[in-house]
Amino acid sequence: MSSFNPERRRLIQAFGAAAVSAALPGAVFAAKEQKPVARVVVIGAGFGGATAAKYLRLWSNGAIEVTLIERNKQFISCPTSNEVLGGNRAYETLVHGYEGLKKNWGVKLVNASATSVDPEKRRVKTTAGEFAYDRLIIAPGIDFNFESISGYDAKAQETVLHAWKAGPQTLALRKQLEALPDGGVYILNVPTAPYRCPPGPYERVCQIAYYFKKHKPKSKVLLLDANDKVISKEILFREVWEKDYKDIIEYRPKWNVVAVDAANRTVISEVGDKERGDVLNILPQQRGADIARDIGLLNVNNRWADIDWITLESKAAPDVHVLGDALQAAPQMPKSGHMANNHGKAVAAALIEIFAGREPQPTLLANTCYSLVDNRRGIHVASVHRYNPEKKAPLVVEGSSGVSSGPTVEEGKFTRSWATTIWQDTLG
Amino acid sequence: MNRLAPTLALGLGLILAGSGAAQADDRLPGKPLPYFTGNCANCHGTNGKAKNDLPALAGQDRELLKELLLSYKSGAKQATIMHQHAKGYTDDEITILADFFSEQ
Repeated sequence: MSSFNPERRRLIQAFGAAAVSAALPGAVFAAKEQKPVARVVVIGAGFGGATAAKYLRLWSNGAIEVTLIERNKQFISCPTSNEVLGGNRAYETLVHGYEGLKKNWGVKLVNASATSVDPEKRRVKTTAGEFAYDRLIIAPGIDFNFESISGYDAKAQETVLHAWKAGPQTLALRKQLEALPDGGVYILNVPTAPYRCPPGPYERVCQIAYYFKKHKPKSKVLLLDANDKVISKEILFREVWEKDYKDIIEYRPKWNVVAVDAANRTVISEVGDKERGDVLNILPQQRGADIARDIGLLNVNNRWADIDWITLESKAAPDVHVLGDALQAAPQMPKSGHMANNHGKAVAAALIEIFAGREPQPTLLANTCYSLVDNRRGIHVASVHRYNPEKKAPLVVEGSSGVSSGPTVEEGKFTRSWATTIWQDTLG
Repeated sequence: MNRLAPTLALGLGLILAGSGAAQADDRLPGKPLPYFTGNCANCHGTNGKAKNDLPALAGQDRELLKELLLSYKSGAKQATIMHQHAKGYTDDEITILADFFSEQ
């Protein structure tokens, strides 16, 4: 691969410093008055969709018209929302506006729900009218298969929360924890992988155990994991539980919650074991969200979307690109906000190449998932993924995958800086 | 803002207009951008312009950036996380990253 700088020097020499400097001011906004090169509609303004919208505008110098359809008025961050449960972060800090995408990058924001897509006519219907596109990006996020857990019906969902989408449930679960008497039991389950945010349940019990240790020291946390073992940062989490929360957290692997009895606050395993708790926090199986299912994009087990890993184009619908947690993930690729942000950049890159008349080349994808194990110490898992032409999928680059040597205050600070920065990179 | 992209767009746009090559809009980059520089933005800010406890990359010395990344990659320099991320990139890609961020 050639270096970037010599090319720039060559161009400066070719056209002269005056021409180059004249091109600099206001290049993005001058483009606003011109006809767009192409129209892209993005459905869903989470980490993936919002990043795709921003970077399409940034890298195309405003030449691509981007319409971003989002049903929520505000962005509420799942990452770091476990801290709210532990009493270590104000809920308000999770909430961010979308104005920056409009003001800084000229993204057209539409606060509406997408109701259907016609891939042949290339039109999206929403509750605020129809939008035509050249390419469609869907970043649907996840919805839940509540029917995967018997008894987890609408009535049960009023008192048994998942809080696995940050928002009102985050606050409601925090209230349940505050109301829990000292000596009470909090039960969280981990569904069979894959699910959104692999380290999330293990971080959540650290946060809640921290809160119990400080305010309700007789209380217990029971973590029932359908998987064989802790599936993310295993050694680090188990060390923290042993050292800091030994008398609070009890971990049971291979304990698959298949039924819930909300009235008696009891969960039941597939072999008939029962556990009763004062607060039940139950995560059902997950899948790509309804809008992706309704369009027929969830072509893997009716749960996840299969894509081409260079363009992120759906294998079920032409000119429709899918990203984020809804994907049938590549090997060892987590469903994380950080990865969804990188998917957003990858699809922006591919579409710019397509609209420029070139063949898109695979880019690299990177991930970092930080977890806070108490009020200030953090740990991470990181990886870089490079496209493998034989497997036709991004694979982890040897040596790039790893975790912290142990929980540190330094990485706790990095965790919070990471959150602030990724919100800005996605929305600002 | 990315200063380099408009520069390239202008330059290569002129080349394309002059040569009668396929008429891509001259606002689009005239050749592929080093899109993977976006991977660093999650922690170090869009185009490396972070304002937090993590070091900003924008405008840093090109040789210093390259030296740091290569020493993280080789393991010569200790880090909390960069010794892992740096191993994801070839030496040529590290040169491109150092070029890009030093120009921001």
